[in-house]
Amino acid sequence: MTASRAGLALFLALVRFPFPVSRLPAQDTTKGKAVYVKWCAGCHGDGGAGDGPAAAHMLPRPRNFTGAVYKIRTTASGQLPTDADLMRAIDDGLFGSAMPAWKGRLSDAERRDVAAYIKTFSSFFADTSQHVAALKFSSEPSGGTGATALKTGRQFYDSIGCRKCHGDQGRGDGPSAPTLKDDAGFPIFAADLHQSWRFRGGGGAGDIYHRLRTGLDGTPMPSFSDLIDQKFLTDEQLWRLAQYVRSLSPLEPPEVQDVIHAPQIAGPVPASPDDSVWGRVGRYWFPLVGQVIRKSRWFAPAVSGVWVQALHDGHTLALRVSWDDRTQSPDSAWLGFEQRVLETVAGEDSASPKAEPWPDQLAVQFPRHIPDGMERPYFLMGSETDPVYQWRWTSSPRKSVAGLARGSERFDTLPGAVAGQARFDHGEWRLVFTRALATPDTANEVQLEAGRAIPVAFFAWDGSSGEHGSRMAVSTWYFLALDRPTPPGVFISPVLAMLVTLGLGLVVIRRAQRRGTARVGR
Amino acid sequence: MRKLGAVVGVAVLGVALAGWMRPTVPGAQGGGTISGKVKFTGAKPAMPKIDMSEEPKCKAKYTAAPPTEETVVVNANGTLENVFVYVKSGLPATYKAPAPAGPVTLDQDGCRYHPHVLGIMVGQPLAIKNSDGILHNIKAKGTKNRPFNISQPAVMTSDRTFTAPEVMVPLECNVHGWMHAWLGVLPHPFFGVSGSDGSFSIKGLPPGTYTIEAWHEKYGTQTAMVTVAGTETKTADFSFAAK
Repeated sequence: MTASRAGLALFLALVRFPFPVSRLPAQDTTKGKAVYVKWCAGCHGDGGAGDGPAAAHMLPRPRNFTGAVYKIRTTASGQLPTDADLMRAIDDGLFGSAMPAWKGRLSDAERRDVAAYIKTFSSFFADTSQHVAALKFSSEPSGGTGATALKTGRQFYDSIGCRKCHGDQGRGDGPSAPTLKDDAGFPIFAADLHQSWRFRGGGGAGDIYHRLRTGLDGTPMPSFSDLIDQKFLTDEQLWRLAQYVRSLSPLEPPEVQDVIHAPQIAGPVPASPDDSVWGRVGRYWFPLVGQVIRKSRWFAPAVSGVWVQALHDGHTLALRVSWDDRTQSPDSAWLGFEQRVLETVAGEDSASPKAEPWPDQLAVQFPRHIPDGMERPYFLMGSETDPVYQWRWTSSPRKSVAGLARGSERFDTLPGAVAGQARFDHGEWRLVFTRALATPDTANEVQLEAGRAIPVAFFAWDGSSGEHGSRMAVSTWYFLALDRPTPPGVFISPVLAMLVTLGLGLVVIRRAQRRGTARVGR
Repeated sequence: MRKLGAVVGVAVLGVALAGWMRPTVPGAQGGGTISGKVKFTGAKPAMPKIDMSEEPKCKAKYTAAPPTEETVVVNANGTLENVFVYVKSGLPATYKAPAPAGPVTLDQDGCRYHPHVLGIMVGQPLAIKNSDGILHNIKAKGTKNRPFNISQPAVMTSDRTFTAPEVMVPLECNVHGWMHAWLGVLPHPFFGVSGSDGSFSIKGLPPGTYTIEAWHEKYGTQTAMVTVAGTETKTADFSFAAK
């Protein structure tokens, strides 16, 4: 009896073993190939080696399917992904990379078929001895945003060495960061933990916990599951670490708003980037993208966006721009990394690019005059006939200048000054520009009038990523609005209006009542 | 009588076959031996010094001289260390050897791997030890074996096994970009690594003609054909030249 039961169990085990846990029904690799050739091969290559025509411009590079090594999985490090893992990457895309979400663009059947086709690029998927099973993940312990939990998380952030790559404050600027390469030898950035919306597998505490358990195979990010298995830390402590990492980013991914509101304060505006006043001013996020319009184009911008705050006192504007940058360029420790970036991201220059100690730079751009209509100069540094007014700051030499840009090649400094104060702090630049609202040179320098929509745009360069000249990150036009102090009338008139309405209402009621009485009396 | 003779004959043949096919493990008695030296000619390349100032615990372990990278280690007697020498082909197709239960140990000590080059059998545990007690990650970058990447932020040991023959599986630590080791995974126990005197030895070989390959991380591979019979010892020397 026992023997036959054991036999049955063995039979079932043998029968069940070859099938991955989440095999999807009815997948058609022939149809999948058609979808792949049409939509995927441009980046991932005809043979799935991650070497399509667009790949040479990308960092990170598209996945090479031939090795069946995947970053975002629910399986242990070294295991193949489950079908559900592959479907998630296809459906939702990989945030912060060029991989878009295909749900809604391709039908359910197309996405399933293409997932099946992708698996044919590696013999590992056909190898039935490969063990594929999602790890058993615990659910998130409560209290994850509390001070005690975050303190525990921070302790483990330090004790298990996260800072080695991700840096003391988590901006991907740790001592080992400049040496990092992926399995293909391409340079790879340690994730900036302040931008969880760009985490490939999602920015929730649960996503982060999963990545800590599974590691990101093919990258330097290891799995920490052995630590739990060997009781070096508890599952809850790993969750606390995930919750701490989550706490470094805003609660919600930043939404792009078109208008920066600059409140008016009772003088003088803060010229220092670390003045406590900035903590009480709303900040606005502006995403930046690579400059791909003019040569030489740049497809791998290092600065993904800037946070902007503004204040004025009726005489002077203070504009604070903060952005994450792993390096205070030039930084000799990153020259090797810069060289690898330049060799990885193909440019149009025939000469092999050489890493040089470029500075970090930031530019704020305005039109010379506030336009009356929607007409604005060309957003990409203006043109010969319609130049733009810019403030330009460089980290080395540390200085700020104002001038006119006439396209990306020509910049003429103006005598009128703009003051800039910058501070580099653990992977973040904080820079404050100050300038008088009104200046004598009304022909070239924008006059910053309150109550008007002043077009503004931003440009950033990370010298240690080889960015200089037209190799930069750019934004489109947005607006800056200098708020007028609220006149007292704003508060009095609604009250007056209410009183008048009430009075009129009473009069109407009285009259109606009087008439009614008169009728009854008749 | 004839029948008996046939039975005895079959039995003898069977015992002989069983003996011949009995798996051997390194260091086992019997069988042939191939040994030799790996010479090095030309100018000895200077190895870059490793800056361990980020890891005081590791740096403190090098009191005599600062550590250098181990890409090319030329011994005092002009031989080359860390050459993986193994039987590439020549074993019968039916040859099978069970993996030893005992692990091969790879130690992370002083922010370097010990040994720098090692061999292991398919299915045999690799005990990855962290003696430093600081964060190391160990990444195996095989292509025939599934690559993995695990974290060891404390004094601890993790076991992993490999499923397919592969020469070599690169191992590396990404926290310390200078840490590299090379693991040869084989379906048999016939391999060795040249030591600090440049010599290697492969023992317990069944009689046969073998292709022996010598692999070095910088200088590539060389092969030699060697025939061994009985318990004899044959010599196979290799020589790598500076590039």
